[in-house]
Amino acid sequence: MNIWSLSSPQTFYPLAGKLVPWFFALAIVLGAIGLYIGLLAAPTDFQQGDAYRIIFIHVPAAWMSMFIYIVMAFWCAVGLIFNTRLSFMMALALAPTGAMFTFVALWTGSLWGKPTWGTWWVWDARLTSELILLFLYIGFMSLHAAIDDMRRADRTAALLALVGAVNVPIIYFSVQWWNTLHQGSSVSLSRSPSMATTMLIGMLIMSLAAWMYAIAASLMRVRAIIDERDRTAMPLAD
Amino acid sequence: MNWHSAQEFFQMGGYGFYVWGSYLMAAVCIAIEVVALRRRSRTLNVRSGLTAEPRSPHR
Repeated sequence: MNIWSLSSPQTFYPLAGKLVPWFFALAIVLGAIGLYIGLLAAPTDFQQGDAYRIIFIHVPAAWMSMFIYIVMAFWCAVGLIFNTRLSFMMALALAPTGAMFTFVALWTGSLWGKPTWGTWWVWDARLTSELILLFLYIGFMSLHAAIDDMRRADRTAALLALVGAVNVPIIYFSVQWWNTLHQGSSVSLSRSPSMATTMLIGMLIMSLAAWMYAIAASLMRVRAIIDERDRTAMPLAD
Repeated sequence: MNWHSAQEFFQMGGYGFYVWGSYLMAAVCIAIEVVALRRRSRTLNVRSGLTAEPRSPHR
């Protein structure tokens, strides 16, 4: 099979349909293992007590919120450069899932901040830039929904997504660039992680589960989008 | 296993509200998204005739 043929919505549609249940299954299995480690097996933190267990939701959600935005901006760029319809559909399919993870990261961060920092919210660099990320996702979706002509909607929203992409490195490096209440990264490529092995493994498995879930949800959504745009013109066989 | 009783588990060392508040909201968000996705796909299939429409007793 020619790999480029996958850039056609008609070819991609049945393939995505076959993949969705597998990614959902992987997400459930990994999520169950991750929850077992995070909630039952991992020891209580000597500094933060059991409040730290929020990490198993917070960090995967925060990682996904940034990563999904990068992927979304990538598809927007591909769409703008090569004028491929499926790329814009992929970007549009990723946005709600990215927004969901951003909201979860903010919510769990707030619930973690209260017992550890003594406040639900501060306007510091990390928290503010993550809030801006949520507004970027919402802005992307609303702008797309506000323009009737589909091609113009795709291109205009893509431009917004690309401009907003500068926010992602700001979020990521905010804990180094500014003084912030938020702690630095617990995991980095350049040094060994500053957390217990069980905790680290639990967090990584939960992150993998979040990945699988995001892939499943966005593939399912891109199928719905292909349907919505193409069904009227040409019925698809599944 | 880190816990000695179910009660201890639910109390989370006094942080139960914060920990369960986080896990619950994440679960609710995922549930809402999955339900919305299923509904969106199903509506389309019904409209395009791939899935049988719910049978009406009047027909």
